[in-house]
Amino acid sequence: MPDLDLYLSRGFNRLDRDFNCELLIVGAGPAGMAAACAAAKSGISIMILDDNPSPGGQIWRDGPAVSLPEEARHYRRQLEQLPNVSLLCGAKLIATVGDKKWLYEQETASGIIRYERLILCSGARELLLPFPGWTLAGVSGAGALQAFIKSGLPVKDQRIALAGSGPLLLAAAQAVKKAGGQVVLLAEQAPASRLARLFLSLWRWPDKLQQSFSLTDPHYRFNSHVLAAEGEGKVERVIVRQGRRRIIVACDRLACGFGLLSNIEPALVLGCAIDGQAIRVDEWQQTSRADIYAAGECAGVGGSELALVTGSIAGYAASGNREAAARLWRERRRWRRFANAMERAFRLDKRLKQLPRPDTLVCRCEDVALQQISGAADWRQAKIHSRCGMGACQGKVCGAATRFLLDWPLATPRVPLAPARLSTLIKAWRAEGKET
Amino acid sequence: MTLLITILVDGQAFTVPDGITVAAALAYTDKQTTRRSVSGQWRTPFCGMGICQECRVTINGLRRPACQTICRENMHIERIQ
Ligand SMILES: Cc1cc2nc3c(=O)[nH]c(=O)nc-3n(C[C@H](O)[C@H](O)[C@H](O)COP(=O)(O)OP(=O)(O)OC[C@H]3O[C@@H](n4cnc5c(N)ncnc54)[C@H](O)[C@@H]3O)c2cc1C
Ligand code: FES
Repeated sequence: MPDLDLYLSRGFNRLDRDFNCELLIVGAGPAGMAAACAAAKSGISIMILDDNPSPGGQIWRDGPAVSLPEEARHYRRQLEQLPNVSLLCGAKLIATVGDKKWLYEQETASGIIRYERLILCSGARELLLPFPGWTLAGVSGAGALQAFIKSGLPVKDQRIALAGSGPLLLAAAQAVKKAGGQVVLLAEQAPASRLARLFLSLWRWPDKLQQSFSLTDPHYRFNSHVLAAEGEGKVERVIVRQGRRRIIVACDRLACGFGLLSNIEPALVLGCAIDGQAIRVDEWQQTSRADIYAAGECAGVGGSELALVTGSIAGYAASGNREAAARLWRERRRWRRFANAMERAFRLDKRLKQLPRPDTLVCRCEDVALQQISGAADWRQAKIHSRCGMGACQGKVCGAATRFLLDWPLATPRVPLAPARLSTLIKAWRAEGKET
Repeated sequence: MTLLITILVDGQAFTVPDGITVAAALAYTDKQTTRRSVSGQWRTPFCGMGICQECRVTINGLRRPACQTICRENMHIERIQ
């Protein structure tokens, strides 16, 4: 293949790096870091892979505008100092290539990691729902806006509207204010009665009660949700339903997140069983496949405390120290109860299914409107008829949105899990012995 | 004081704080957009975490997610038209 050789020789395949380890951990958020620290005590060789430039996951995202809490710095130091742990950052999982082998890609390198046991700590992402105007420039997820600010986005003196559901909205609002932005709207879809009940139960988790005071904002409105974003070329105003009223708020940015969804794509590719939206695990955080464990929010959304404790349990269990793992069960129960309380409080209102209009784009990659797919029975049919979900994000945004909007069954993703270079994909092909 | 570095966006030089992502750096240019959609709309970074691919641009010749790439001195960034 002369064209291929030319392509490779032009430096697009700068580094070839394969690895072997006893334990592979996917995700360097709180769960992955805790899993690595727990498993490291057994002396086995551990590799931890993450697609962000530095470890920390979503909550402990590093950046020029960030001062990381002591707990995050503690875990980072541990990862650097443990001789049997190596960290591979800026690396995405691309595909499985035979048994216990993952193909990964970095900015200028790629390769294959062989492992014996695996712990999935791939975390969660925001549920992003389509509404008229959600594709306008300046509209983003809510946690996304917080992430952009942490990674250096200037928002000083900008008017910012936030809408959606869950505690992340409040965390994002706080990040906006800290960066000198002006929060002009904070619309939470849940009703006041449910949030009051949640608040009254918080005495059981004193740290969370205290945190809830520090996050309050005068613009917080319950029972409110976004109807549309409008503007010429970029967002200029947002239309919101607030109780029975319709209000219009002028803004420079709009950030909308509707709670979190577990990242289960790697688990689905590996054939692990799923419970509802998350990876099914037993008391040892073991999945339906004996050599694969899962911890943190990919095994159930519940915040960083639950991620840390389930990460430790998985790390101990996967390295043969069941005694140490079992000692943490009580703490896990405590944080699971908290997760359940949050889930009840912020359950999404069925009315949000009416957010998109027939001509609202649902698939942002391929510009497919709701009316083009609403006759389909599932995502597979929609893909065949409209290219919905066939674009660069591989259906990660519209797959989750249509599941919520149209009650479609869970669709198994196809590899590659992320867009990859040709030179990377060739490695998969060679690894599977397809070379002639 | 923040250290500043120079990056090139569509051939034009911009000065941005060191350590920020390409997605954040685009806000220092006259246009924050990353790509044009199939039906011609301008889009900007959306999910902030490597999921949506709205932020993919060409960085030093390679297609990369702008939200997960840190700016480096003299980096060449091209928006996808
Ligand atoms: C955008 C966003 C912002 C958030 N901000 C806050 C906050 O400020 N405060 C708070 O209390 N909670 C926040 N959360 C909630 C947060 O998810 C949890 O509290 C906590 O970070 C969960 O830890 P985890 O280890 O389970 O997962 P995460 O912290 O999500 O870590 C998972 C890691 O795995 C990586 N990963 C996933 N899939 C792959 C793959 N295929 N290849 C390579 N790497 C992969 C991810 O990029 C990530 O770095 C946020 C969530 C989101 C989605
Ligand atoms: S903003 Fe979604 S992938 Fe970068």
